[in-house]
This record gives sequence, structure tokens and C-alpha cells, in this order.
Amino acid sequence: MSQQSIQVGESPQVQYLLRLGDSCLVLAQRICEWSGHAPILEEDLALSNMALDLLGQARALLTHAARLDGQGHDEDQLAFLRDERQYLNPVLMELPRGDFAFTVLRNFAVSTWLLLLWRRLEGSSDAELAAIAGKAVKEAAYHQQHAADWVLRLGDGTEESSARMRAALGTLWPYCNELFDSDAVDAAAAAQGLGPDWASLKDEWRAQFCEVLADAGLDCPKDSAYQSQGRRGIHSEHLGHMLATMQYLQRAYPGGVW
Amino acid sequence: MTSPAERGPACGRLEAAWEVLRQIPDPEVPVISLCELGIVRDLRLLEDGTEGLEVVLTPTYSGCPATELIQDDVRAALAGFGEVRITMQRAPAWTTDWISEEGRRKLKDYGIAPPGPANALASGAAQPIRLVHRAALTKLACPRCGSEQTEKLSAFGSTACKALYRCLSCREPFEHFKPI
Repeated sequence: MSQQSIQVGESPQVQYLLRLGDSCLVLAQRICEWSGHAPILEEDLALSNMALDLLGQARALLTHAARLDGQGHDEDQLAFLRDERQYLNPVLMELPRGDFAFTVLRNFAVSTWLLLLWRRLEGSSDAELAAIAGKAVKEAAYHQQHAADWVLRLGDGTEESSARMRAALGTLWPYCNELFDSDAVDAAAAAQGLGPDWASLKDEWRAQFCEVLADAGLDCPKDSAYQSQGRRGIHSEHLGHMLATMQYLQRAYPGGVW
Repeated sequence: MTSPAERGPACGRLEAAWEVLRQIPDPEVPVISLCELGIVRDLRLLEDGTEGLEVVLTPTYSGCPATELIQDDVRAALAGFGEVRITMQRAPAWTTDWISEEGRRKLKDYGIAPPGPANALASGAAQPIRLVHRAALTKLACPRCGSEQTEKLSAFGSTACKALYRCLSCREPFEHFKPI
């Protein structure tokens, strides 16, 4: 007997936590796809370690979201029993892993964004969220440094590596808009002191991101009007396939453990 | 308030439990104990009159896969003390600065370069993200031969808490417990 899907409530706090928690979870899953396939062994280890950090952050956030949601779910149920439309991560996180250039560029974009967000969340009025952020901020700093190192090395590397970085930038850039989208959920979070309106991180993110691009000999692309809607549950065609892989075991064998 | 007569044995129980805790090795780096690693934050008697114990632990990394194993190890080691409740406390976040001097010495003897001060990563500090070029990194001494002619191979090693280095003098690879 396969497992029924669950739904979470509409409370802005829960939605705010899930937007962040699902970002960590979905990106962790994507990065994990490199395990055993990275170009060098050291990167295999690095990507797996970063995915593990993200997964741990996701677990803490989902546990907290489930508690606030008050339906008696736990983090595993939120991860494995929600359907695609109930996932609230920006589409950027679910895009296929692409080549190594795309992977490191996305890691740089996301870690820079997460670092800014975690720093602000350290001052959250929600003590649990502040504690999660206090731990995660240190991990994100290592992720950012590592990713920036690769952006520089590949962007300012060979003709081939530079061309791949430019291609990755072209693919990724329009999806970055969603990291700075703003709506009623952000407004409620900011008003309660739960966390910042994501839009307030845009200028700092852009300055940091484009500074490293410039060092890597890459131009900051022109603004795009495209606005993806993953934060409202409207995803690309890629998330459903990812969840099918990720959720299969728990759906087929409910509550199964190692 | 407990009377002195009641407090005496209670203190003895706690002291005995601390003694047990101090012997539990970290599952991933067994040369160092959980206490030396600085992840046992507190030990107290349960307030429900059952004479059980509450152990307060803090995780090293958000996704450290040893967390559950550590909890099981603590529970098993304290089995003779009645009920043992384990509380995970995230704040304040664990830092490698909490690794004891003795722990650092043991890491070094084991072949893992101990962490330097973590203040460079102090949360909330305005941190420029200009790349730290490899040449500008603080020189790390090889735990085997002591040479400072070493280089970083990877910022991430066999576990989340370690980086990979190699010594250019004795040519041996070694791990570095990252400051965090």
C-alpha cells in the first residue's frame, strides 16, 4: 500500500521556513548526484560534504516547520510525503546539475545568498531559527569560499572552461531573480522579526556575486524580466522527476528505515 | 532546595557520570573523547525525581552523520545510571575553540593538524568575500615532521570537519581539523 501525500498549512511562518528548508533540501539532493561522478576525488568529497551540511540544515528547518505547522508531522514526512506543488524552493535549486561549471556557479550563487540570509536570521525573534542560523552561517562561509575559488579558476582558466562558465551564467542568471522576490510571506516574516524580506538581500548579493565574476573575467549579465515561481509551488519540469527518485522508497515502503 | 544530605549522593552520581562521559571516544576520530571535543555541554539530574540523568549535547556540523551514533554511545555508556535523557542544544553553536588543549595534543599525535582560532569565521562579522589566495593562507605545520612547507589539497576531507593537506618536506598527506 503506497503512502498518501500530506499537505502543510498556509501559515506565513511555516511557508517562510519551508522556502528556506526546501532550498537546502533540494540543492543537497542535486549536489549529491555528483557523488562518485565528480571530475576529481577531492571534489567528490567536497560536494558530498557540502550536500551533507545542506541536508542537516534542511532537517533542522523542516523539523521546526513541522512543529509550527502543528499537524504532528516530522521532518521525514515533510521531505518524503509532500507533492511537488507543496515544495517551496526557488526553481534555481532544482535545475539539473548540468556540467561542473554550472554546478560550481550555482553553488557560488546560492552560498553567497545563504550566507547573507543566515547572518540576518541569527537575529531572528524565533530562538530555534536563530540557533539553526548560528550553526549554518559557519558552514555556508566554507561553501562560499570553496565555490568562489572554482568560479575564479574556471572563469579565468582555459578557453574551454571560460566558455562553459559563460554558458552556465547565461542559464542560471534569470533564475536568480526569484531569490529576491518579495510577497506577503516575506512581509509577515519581516514584521514579526522572524527573518528578512528576501528582497532586502539583493544589493549585497549582487555586489558580492559580480565582484567575483569580474575577478574571474566574466561579465555580469543584463537583467532578465523572467520570474520563476517555485516559492509559490509552481516548479519547472525537473522537480517532479527529482522527487520521484527521492521519495520512491518511503512511498513504496512507508516508514522504512535502514 | 535539596538538603546537604540529599545533595551529597547526587553530586557523587554526577561526578561518576562525568567520569564515564570522559571515556567515550568520538566515533569518527576515536583518539579524542566527546568531552575533549567540547560537545558535551551539560550533565544534570532529571527533575522528575527518577534519579535519571539529562545529558546536553551540541552537534558539530548541521549534517554530522555521527550525531545519532554519539547519542547511542552516550546512552549505552550511562546505562547503569537509570533513565538517560539526551537533549540536543544548538545555541550557542559549537566551535572548534571548545576543543581542549589535551584534545588538540591528541589530534596532533594522531596525525591530524589541530584547528587554529575560529574567530576568522566569527558569525556576524563583516567578512569580505575576496578570495583568500592559497599563498596567503596561514602556514599549517605538518603534524608528523613539524615542517611548515605544506599545501592544501582540498578544503573538504574524509569528514565534514576536516580538510586535506600534504607536507612538502616529508611528502606525507595529512588532515587538518578545520577551525569553525
